[in-house]
Amino acid sequence: MAHGPAKGIGRWLFATNHKDIGTMYLWFSFAMFLLGGAFAMIIRAELFAPGMQLIKPEFFNQMTTMHGLIMVFGAIMPSFVGLANWMVPLQIGAPDMALPRMNNLSFWILPFGFALLASTLFMEGGAPNFGWTFYAPLSTTYAPDTVNFFIFGVHIIGASSIMGSINIIATILNLRAPGMTMMKLPLFVWTWLITAFLLVAVMPVLAGAVTMMLMDINFGTSFFDAAGGGDPVLFQHIFWFFGHPEVYIIILPAFGVISEIIPTFSRKPLFGYSSMVYATSAIAFLSFIVWAHHMFTTGMPIAGELYFMYATMLIAVPTGVKVFNWITTMFRGSLTFETPMLFAIAVVILFTFGGFTGLMLAVAPADIQYHDSYFVVGHFHYVMVAGAVFSMSGAVYYWLPKWTGKMYDETMGKMQFWIAFVGFNIAFIPQHFLGLAGMPRRYADYALQFSDWNMVSSIGAFMYGAAQLMFLYNVISTIVSGKPSTEEKTWEGAQGLEWTLPSPAPFHTFSTPPNVK
Amino acid sequence: MVSRVKQLVVYALSPLLLLSFVGQLARAEDAHASGWSLLNMTEGVTGVSHDIYDLHMTVVWICVWISVVVYGVMFYSMFAHRKSRGAKASNFHESTVVELLWTIVPVLILIWVAFPSTRVLIDLYDTSEADIDIKVTGYQWKWQYEYLGEGVEFMSELTTSEAAIYNLEPKTEYYLSEVNEPLVLPIGKKVRFLLTAKDVIHAWWVPELGVKRDAVPGFINETWAKIDEPGIYRGFCAELCGKGHAFMPIVVNAVSEEEYAVWLAAKKEAAAAQREMAKQSFTFEQLMAKGEESYNRSCAGCHAANGEGIPGAFPALKGSAVALGPVAKHLDVVVNGTAGTAMQAFGGQLSEVDLAAIITYERNAWGNDVGDMVQPIDVLKFKQGQ
Amino acid sequence: MSTESNYYVPEESRLPVLGALALGLMALGAGLLLNDGASGILWVGTALLVAVMYIWFRTVIRENIAGMNSDQLKRSYVWGMSWFIFSEVMFFAVFFGTLFYVRTLALPWLGGEGDRSDMIHLVWPEFTAQWPLMETPSQAAGSNEFIGPDHHMSFPGWDKMFHWLPLWNTIILLTSSVTCHFAHHAMKHDDRKKFNIWLGVTVALGIIFLFLQYEEYHEAYTEMGLTLESGIYGSTFFMLTGFHGFHVTMGTFMLLIQWIRGLKGHFSSDDQFGFEASSWYWHFVDVVWAGLFLFVYVLA
Ligand code: HEA
Ligand code: HEA
Ligand code: HEC
Ligand code: CUA
Ligand SMILES: [Cu+2]
Repeated sequence: MAHGPAKGIGRWLFATNHKDIGTMYLWFSFAMFLLGGAFAMIIRAELFAPGMQLIKPEFFNQMTTMHGLIMVFGAIMPSFVGLANWMVPLQIGAPDMALPRMNNLSFWILPFGFALLASTLFMEGGAPNFGWTFYAPLSTTYAPDTVNFFIFGVHIIGASSIMGSINIIATILNLRAPGMTMMKLPLFVWTWLITAFLLVAVMPVLAGAVTMMLMDINFGTSFFDAAGGGDPVLFQHIFWFFGHPEVYIIILPAFGVISEIIPTFSRKPLFGYSSMVYATSAIAFLSFIVWAHHMFTTGMPIAGELYFMYATMLIAVPTGVKVFNWITTMFRGSLTFETPMLFAIAVVILFTFGGFTGLMLAVAPADIQYHDSYFVVGHFHYVMVAGAVFSMSGAVYYWLPKWTGKMYDETMGKMQFWIAFVGFNIAFIPQHFLGLAGMPRRYADYALQFSDWNMVSSIGAFMYGAAQLMFLYNVISTIVSGKPSTEEKTWEGAQGLEWTLPSPAPFHTFSTPPNVK
Repeated sequence: MVSRVKQLVVYALSPLLLLSFVGQLARAEDAHASGWSLLNMTEGVTGVSHDIYDLHMTVVWICVWISVVVYGVMFYSMFAHRKSRGAKASNFHESTVVELLWTIVPVLILIWVAFPSTRVLIDLYDTSEADIDIKVTGYQWKWQYEYLGEGVEFMSELTTSEAAIYNLEPKTEYYLSEVNEPLVLPIGKKVRFLLTAKDVIHAWWVPELGVKRDAVPGFINETWAKIDEPGIYRGFCAELCGKGHAFMPIVVNAVSEEEYAVWLAAKKEAAAAQREMAKQSFTFEQLMAKGEESYNRSCAGCHAANGEGIPGAFPALKGSAVALGPVAKHLDVVVNGTAGTAMQAFGGQLSEVDLAAIITYERNAWGNDVGDMVQPIDVLKFKQGQ
Repeated sequence: MSTESNYYVPEESRLPVLGALALGLMALGAGLLLNDGASGILWVGTALLVAVMYIWFRTVIRENIAGMNSDQLKRSYVWGMSWFIFSEVMFFAVFFGTLFYVRTLALPWLGGEGDRSDMIHLVWPEFTAQWPLMETPSQAAGSNEFIGPDHHMSFPGWDKMFHWLPLWNTIILLTSSVTCHFAHHAMKHDDRKKFNIWLGVTVALGIIFLFLQYEEYHEAYTEMGLTLESGIYGSTFFMLTGFHGFHVTMGTFMLLIQWIRGLKGHFSSDDQFGFEASSWYWHFVDVVWAGLFLFVYVLA
């Protein structure tokens, strides 16, 4: 038990240590982020000007689909699982994750799953081309044959998520150090507990949805075919019953990160800890009962339409509580603006903006105009890129000294932040204009009045992409040649158990649980 | 440090400025007005679209005001409570009163929004007492309009050429939003749209009418519009429906009631004439020429202009057993489609003349030298024989 | 909350990565099977998975016997199993949800009832909604895309009640839950002999259930014209009962293993988690059946 990591490749293949597994998750998700980002670059390059210049429309659809799938399932979700692996045991004073071998299994499924998914790009018929929401019957009767690989890929990726979440729940419920009561848990741990619950609840729903697709495609059932008594819209209900909680799965851990970073650099305890916990729970609960706001144009009966509109609007309330708490935490603090804090502040600003557009979308009659336009694309990149990805960048800068015992270069960090921030806004603000002006999403080519803002958006996207390469450079150069930073508490205002450990955190920590007062 | 960052931002932005300048020059010859001014939702030309616009603006302003408060406090703290200005952190971290306050106030704001939203939604759903019923059917990748009770129906397809799309020809003003035959509607009448689809889900969206509704295969969805002003209104398919998703625009021509009546009468006559044509016979050359044109419009989207299809998705017709085999089977596939695949039933979409020409073309183009030909009357007989 | 000072963190292990490889091969293999009819890789993956699971569980059992598992670790296993069952509940919820949606919304809409468009006759002029759905919309429109079943599985009337397999299956499965509980009770009192008997009976009942289920399917396919392809009734019927049957198979297998362990002298009154986990699973499968019986068979 007391010894360090094994040598060679076996250390990674056979790992049971939460830090090693966390590291693998983080690198894997970053690789997927680059891949999904590369697809986004292809999309933006094609949309730079009207006309088809680089690729064919059928390939464009594959790019859009693969971009969405890889970003959501390959980049964002695993990155936060990686963070949970690293930080949850450290923050609750546990020796490791509750089920270390299963932990390794959940990770190693991912490379196989995504290799399978990506390999469809090279097969006859091409990669999935029906959008990341894969609505039937485009994804069933009308799908390329490779859809079967997509389905089985989703199955095993889902199994990975379920196992990963069960592990996190068991760790948090069972492995807290003595004295670490639930209402003392750091917020990152709380948000992950609730996220893990959401995952266990909805990943099986996704599995059910793809299984029914599989049956419709290969075994003659008619779940999504009116000719046999089914309904294509049924698919959408099932998908969004999974899909809406999914978007909170993406954002809740990010909220957790922000709730760690802001108090640290405000040198002031988080305002409204318990209301944060309740708000997170409320968001999780509401997320199960609002799904059909993605379906306002499907012709639902008006009663359903009204109900889903009201319920969706309600989510603004607990989310608002979080935003207000963050800002009140900053209020009358003693603020400094290191890179993690810059990212955290950007998240508060930009996520709130994305939340506002979300509220606009929730207004059902107005969504008649917004739906499936670039306005929606603008909305969800504000919440997912500026919410989740920015948080993740902030988290890496924040905890990197703890992980590596080295300090990143503050100037480089800030530079990366500003390029990302500016590039991001140039890329995605214009998309709102485009959507309002009537440009539908998932369009390989567009009418001329949309040319100008598309070009601006593409330029911003390239800039934001460049910032990601710079991020990669910053992380590697910190690991390779960063200034040693060995004090336990890297940040003056930092609180929490992880900051009582040496930097870099030793291979085994809290073999004997600490006593939390 | 700060100056260095500033400098970098300027550097980072400079390619943007440069590129946008170059882009402007490059497109100077384009006929269409600049898109820079397209920032907000259209107010549209129907009552519903106006209501939606007002609702949209209400929520926008609410969000703006909340932003002012929220961001205001935040920027104030970032400015006034900086450590570098000597700010000392206070230690307060709880207050049930403010928590309650910022829970209740948003709820009230939301209730305020909910009232007009409900009203507009109810209005938008009220399809009763329509003057005209139009059935709109989505196909991969075109729209079919049927004036119920009038016996008038036609397909509406993109007319922008492949060459323009692939940048071999200059793009004209209505690039990708022009069709062979627009939907003609009278102003001042309540028109009910009955939407459905024959293959996958499409969505019929015309922003200026404030109408967007999914066309779901096997179901009927309803929505309506009452247009206030004559004009040409353009829209798009808004639900991902395959590779031609960006290439199935909608054009609505709203005209006065009198013009509409004239148009409808002419349309009915043309339909009768079309039925007459089916009884004529054509020469091989006529059929091939017509066939090539119609094939490229209706079939090349999937089977490609050179008949080679797209491997793994759409079969090649060049050398295909069906195209080289007995005419009856060929007729069957084209007229009735193949159930459960993207191959649609074209019998109800194309005229007998078109069908005959296309089939003749497929049997004799790209090295498919069957040598026979199909006359419109053969198609008619085939259809009647079923 | 942690009380032990010593939580067992296993050494590096080769099992997980091999398990992941197995699942990857199975996914690839299943795709290849459906697309090209090649089943080789699927078999390799399955075999590997079975081997990994066998060694993995053996390892865990040995660790437990060797006393490496603290009470705290055992609680982790309890949490793990409970949440796994919860995820299974959600999986079944999808298919039940589908059934409700189809019966209460989609079919009435297709038949022109309910608050969707009354113009549905433009698409399906002849269709009337009914449940069980004997005539599909396409059939009503004269196409043979989907042909409804000749007979359905619902309650055949009091006179034929005892020829109705679902009733027997319900009795069998409910009984097996009771016998499973008796086995648990016996082990709590260290009554090994009773444990072996009751668990043996449970496993036997599980096998009988599966056999009857097979009979029912056979009848459906050969005599009733009820298949996966016979419209939404067939689709939902086989999806729900099929996945349930698959879970019964798994559960029976799990209990069988516990039974063999019992015969080998494993378990004691205060340590029997392997059995308990399997029995929870069994009760869960039983509850699902109760739902099935009610909504698939009885309430027509
Ligand atoms: C991280 C992911 C994430 C998050 C957090 C959200 C958050 C929200 N989303 Fe978003 N959404 C997506 C990801 C996300 N969304 C994605 C991916 C899609 C598209 C999927 C696809 O089709 O491909 C989508 C689409 C989408 C739609 C469907 C649009 C359409 O297709 O037509 C709708 C409609 O209601 C919606 C609403 C909302 C709302 C109301 C919130 C709320 O949670 C936001 C709440 C936050 C605030 C409101 C701001 C802060 C609050 C205050 C400062 C308090 C005071 C405010 C008020 C009283 C107004 N979203
Ligand atoms: C969290 C998820 C996430 C993230 C992070 C992103 C990130 C980005 N997305 Fe996202 N996007 C989605 C989720 C996400 N997206 C989803 C769900 C959809 C809907 C899909 C659908 O409609 O089905 C979508 C759709 C979507 C569209 C609409 C496509 C369409 O409708 O046809 C566009 C268009 O601009 C776009 C752009 C971008 C850009 C520019 C980024 C940038 O932020 C990316 C920046 C990152 C990089 C650029 C990486 C750096 C790498 C390089 C510079 C190249 C290196 C090269 C190699 C390693 C080979 N995305
Ligand atoms: C939306 C796509 C699409 C369009 C448009 C389309 N087809 Fe097809 N076509 C298909 C598909 C898919 C198949 C294969 C069906 C199958 O699997 O049997 C097919 C098959 C065929 C076949 C049989 C080929 C063979 O060897 O089996 C013929 C002939 C044919 N189409 C003719 C036409 C004609 C004529 C038109 C235009 C009037 C047309 N198609 C338009 C998708 C399309
Ligand atoms: Cu039709 Cu998109
Ligand atoms: Cu949502």
